[in-house]
Amino acid sequence: MAGTPTPRAATAPARTPTNLTQGGKTKAGIGESTLRPDGTLKVTGEFAYSSDMWHEDMLWGQTLRSTVAHAEIRSIDTSQALATPGVYAVLTYDDLPTEMKNYGLEIQDTPVLAHKKVRHHGEPVALVAADHPETARRAAAKIKIEYVELPLITDEASATAPDAILVHEGRDDHHIGHVAHPNIVHRQPIIRGNVAEARKRADVIVEGEYTFGMQDQAFLGPESGLAVPSEDGGVELYVATQWLHSDLRQIAPVLGLPEEKVRMTLSGVGGAFGGREDLSMQIHACLLALRTGKPVKIVYNRFESFFGHVHRHPAKLYYEHGATKDGKLTHMKCRIVLDGGAYASASPAVVGNASSLSVGPYVIDDVDIEAIALYTNNPPCGAMRGFGAVQACFAYEAQMDKLAAKLGIDPVEFRQMNAMEQGTIMPTGQPVDSPAPVAELLRRIKAMPLPPEQQWLAAGEGADVRALPGGLSNTTHGEGVVRGIGYAVGIKNVGFSEGFDDYSTAKVRMEVINGEPVATVHTAMAEVGQGGVTVHAQIARTELGVTQVTIHPADTQVGSAGSTSASRQTYVTGGAVKNTCEHVREAVLEIGRRKFGSYHPAWATAELLLEGGKVVTDGGEVLADLVDVLESEAVELELEWRHRPTEAFDLHTGQGNGHVQYSFAAHRAVVEVDTELGLVKVIELACAQDVGKALNPLSVVGQIQGGTTQGLGVAVMEEIIVDPKTAKVRNPSFTDYLIPTILDTPTIPVDVLELADEHAPYGLRGIGEAPTLSSTPAVLAAIRNATGLELNKTPVRPEHLTGT
Amino acid sequence: MDFLRPASWEEALAAKAEHPTAVPIAGGTDVMVEINFDHRRPEYLLDLNRIGDLSEWEVGEKTVRLGASVSYTKIMENLRAELPGLALASHTVASPQIRNRGGVGGNLGTASPAGDAHPALLASGCEVEVESLRGRRMIPIDDFYVGVKRNAMEPDELIRSVHLPKADGPQQFSKVGTRNAMVIAVCAFGIALHPETRTVRTGIGSAAPTPVRAKEAEDFLAAALDEGGFWESGSPIPPSVAKQFAQLASGACNPIDDVRGSAKYRRHAVGIMARRTLGWTWESYRGNERSAQCA
Amino acid sequence: MRVTFTVNGRQQEADDVWEGESLLYVLRERMGLPGSKNACEQGECGSCTVRLDGVPVCSCLVAAGQVEGHEVVTVEGLADYAKQRAEHGSCGSGACGTSIDAAKQWEARPADSQTGENTELSPIQQAFIDAGAVQCGFCTPGLLVAADELLERNASPSDADIREALSGNLCRCTGYEKILDAVRLAAARGEGQTAGQGA
Repeated sequence: MAGTPTPRAATAPARTPTNLTQGGKTKAGIGESTLRPDGTLKVTGEFAYSSDMWHEDMLWGQTLRSTVAHAEIRSIDTSQALATPGVYAVLTYDDLPTEMKNYGLEIQDTPVLAHKKVRHHGEPVALVAADHPETARRAAAKIKIEYVELPLITDEASATAPDAILVHEGRDDHHIGHVAHPNIVHRQPIIRGNVAEARKRADVIVEGEYTFGMQDQAFLGPESGLAVPSEDGGVELYVATQWLHSDLRQIAPVLGLPEEKVRMTLSGVGGAFGGREDLSMQIHACLLALRTGKPVKIVYNRFESFFGHVHRHPAKLYYEHGATKDGKLTHMKCRIVLDGGAYASASPAVVGNASSLSVGPYVIDDVDIEAIALYTNNPPCGAMRGFGAVQACFAYEAQMDKLAAKLGIDPVEFRQMNAMEQGTIMPTGQPVDSPAPVAELLRRIKAMPLPPEQQWLAAGEGADVRALPGGLSNTTHGEGVVRGIGYAVGIKNVGFSEGFDDYSTAKVRMEVINGEPVATVHTAMAEVGQGGVTVHAQIARTELGVTQVTIHPADTQVGSAGSTSASRQTYVTGGAVKNTCEHVREAVLEIGRRKFGSYHPAWATAELLLEGGKVVTDGGEVLADLVDVLESEAVELELEWRHRPTEAFDLHTGQGNGHVQYSFAAHRAVVEVDTELGLVKVIELACAQDVGKALNPLSVVGQIQGGTTQGLGVAVMEEIIVDPKTAKVRNPSFTDYLIPTILDTPTIPVDVLELADEHAPYGLRGIGEAPTLSSTPAVLAAIRNATGLELNKTPVRPEHLTGT
Repeated sequence: MDFLRPASWEEALAAKAEHPTAVPIAGGTDVMVEINFDHRRPEYLLDLNRIGDLSEWEVGEKTVRLGASVSYTKIMENLRAELPGLALASHTVASPQIRNRGGVGGNLGTASPAGDAHPALLASGCEVEVESLRGRRMIPIDDFYVGVKRNAMEPDELIRSVHLPKADGPQQFSKVGTRNAMVIAVCAFGIALHPETRTVRTGIGSAAPTPVRAKEAEDFLAAALDEGGFWESGSPIPPSVAKQFAQLASGACNPIDDVRGSAKYRRHAVGIMARRTLGWTWESYRGNERSAQCA
Repeated sequence: MRVTFTVNGRQQEADDVWEGESLLYVLRERMGLPGSKNACEQGECGSCTVRLDGVPVCSCLVAAGQVEGHEVVTVEGLADYAKQRAEHGSCGSGACGTSIDAAKQWEARPADSQTGENTELSPIQQAFIDAGAVQCGFCTPGLLVAADELLERNASPSDADIREALSGNLCRCTGYEKILDAVRLAAARGEGQTAGQGA
């Protein structure tokens, strides 16, 4: 079929990611709520997710993981596993083919397979390939590993004790020089103004110690993929990830293959939320495929998934704020301790965000900030939606409420009095150079009508338990139920910061097919559900005046798109698509000028656009049909595009223009709490967010509602529980790691503000993460409002609300 | 692993006699989780789905004979009047999909203290009909739970049905979970008023090694209701009585701290649920009494 | 062991099935029907929901051998299933069954390389697309099967009814708002259609 990627392996899997072609009924460009080009495939079950990959004669890979958190490996005996009928390969560290045996996003500290030592519960130790998953499981169970347990590092005290055992010995990464202890991954202080002096101006001082629990991304599509060995000695890898090229850079050296021999294709991604920034089964499947010469599929089950990806950093946050009696913030001191677990993953960047955004969207000139991430034997933590900023927002928003209460000022008004705006200087010294409508978002959220009281009685007869705390479990018919309202607002950076060369690549082709001008957009952007493919088609329509757009599957045959994270893809890969389209348009116009320039002076003098399949002047005069301009010619360009450069933060003062853009959202939570049983029902969670420009309003609202709900989850139920005595995960299942159901999720009215950022494509603002920030503290504030309790930990558990 | 598919109850009993380690599977909502997650590799799976009788129920004059595999959905939809406590409990089981497959036989077979049906079964005072080639016997529910995830059945026995007295008074069920749907009980409480015998029965889930009754609470309440003439008068129960009942219910717990909740919370919550469900059932009883008197 | 049952109106057979395999595994890995999803395999997410003899169940918790001789409808067959229901009237029990003729007419759709703007969809499938209820899409197949069954039972459900019926289906992307919108939309369109027919 036209446009289907040609298989490069000896044979292709049964179903592969396909072109997404949209046109016909869908004509709209940016600003319209066009529907997803992958929608039909997704509702018919035909969309090819990574776990759906299937190949004739494929084997199943199985990972054997450590049963203890910190131990020396004395011996591994694979003989019985190898002797199991149906088993094709059993691999351990000794089977790794090159000197490169580690991987990592920034610091290559993560062993592909454990060597001599395991550093956390669930670390991969051995791999099995067999003809059936059950054969592989049984064989893996026969691998004998002798562990000698080591002392555990589980918190700041045990990590930084002078005689603490080192989680990683012989560190030589670029952070080791500026940390006080080798069990600290990275430290970022920010000092600005003079806190000691400013403190004297404070009429009230508020302190707080806050604890943020370990959240899981809980994407529904498990880590999975298929590796197919190819005839040239390379490998084809079909996988779900957030950044193909980052994976590639980590995979190829371990396999001992040049990057061009590791050909990656993005398969359907069942959600990501940061949890697919790090590698999971990628290298393992390739190793098994190359060893056996057969296609190898690996699919984690939910239990393994909890060990297969990093989580959100749990954190301890110590804050002090001061304010004058007329409500002006004087100063802020904070210390944020993030538990990075056994491997670095994104910890350094999380530290950067936590420190640089620890003030929140407020004006405070005098600050003393420190954020660190620890190495411990807890599960590795890394990227999750809003990282660093989420933990800080939970704490500073609690502080704002405490201050407002102490000053006797309305909490929303207090925030507005101190809200940042365009021109405000960040604690890093960087001016905010685009709209920062913090006070306006708060005004909007407060102005929204409140949901009616006691909606559970609305039906008339008795109580509808589905609308009460406890829900279907029938715990209250209204007894003990108290309503509370809370507000919060947050700030998140957009894009990769701190001097990272954050770019994307877009290849755009324009040609005439069946008498119609058609654009094909090819990027390596990971569509993880956010709707990037929808937006790319819209951009191509807007810029190139076509109706029909084909989105090519994302793969490594085109340049890097960077990561689908940090709210950056619409900005950066959207920007790249726009940029390439503009160059393609120029090339098309050049062809037009060559062919028809002599027929009309406007070809040389007017601003020309492509609209409705035609070349038109900015005055609307039609100069030519694109079909006639292009005829059989095709224009194809692949170009990189980058946003404004950023700078690293100074390691001692934290000063530097580290961020490229900010994103703001505010929430109002209305909750009903069964104060006797400590159960919470969130009644409504309203959000106002500035999105700069909504390229696709339907998708924008969907992102905001989804992010809001993840924030709700960590407010009242979500937490990976790690036993401090063993550093083992106690709830690795959807039975005991709970995420909100539709009965836990309230109505989420969304008020979208569009104040353009002149530096960004179309004035847009990255939107994915901001709603995850303020949702959690708004819910906490509402529960505090209902109960009068202090509540310094999230998630709030019934025990916290009942003193049990 | 072998998959046994008996076509009749007799065949099933014969299979179980021949392979006492065979794991019966009906709705599969417990067994398949254990198989999927590699927690269990039984030598034999004994599929009971072909035995139609297990999915049927009969409403008799005094009792309901509930087939072990009657789905929770069917109980909710069809037996709300006869078995109100069990119907309420059924409604709190997991999700609609699970309620469509799971039945009381599975809860009894697994005998997890967290099984949602147990408090209602205890409060109803039912009997479990179990059978083997050696014969049939009725196990009173009070004798059924003998340890953590252990019941009074012999290895060759299968659960055929549960015989539950038809409700002679109001029944209630409450369950605490940290989510508003699809949640395993942190703890649960069931209560049944039995005006005919002037007794009260209760059941507590997830707050002891096995599902238990709050016997002291029951006895206290029965005595208090009797002495105060409440059954006749239908007067409101004094708060002091409700409070004492709640405290005794809490006292009947012997819970542990685990990832789902603390022991202290479980004791506390069982007390609250005991007080509330007593209030709801008594209000309902009073309402019925009043309308009966008016009629 | 060998397992034979009807999937989307067509008789299917799988050989060498390991006795511990679930219906979900057999559908996905042996019958080329990976539409039903494998998000948790413990009955806690609903992404594998199928109709088993008309009843929505988690296919991950049904042992393959238990389906012998039974009828299964998956998301891949949902459009045809809904079409038949519309043509032959509703079946309150949900156990619609499939006529021999219909079974003969049924064809597996090839994995289309296009987005299938002209693919015939059931009303609930179309509503999910139109309402923006699909993001990553991993929960979508299970939600569609559950929502379709809800509307079969209850043509104009309240919001509380929708929430209860879908409370066994987790979604991590959308916050459920657009899913509610989609079910409301499908219900409203259904009513509109019925009104239009003067029924």
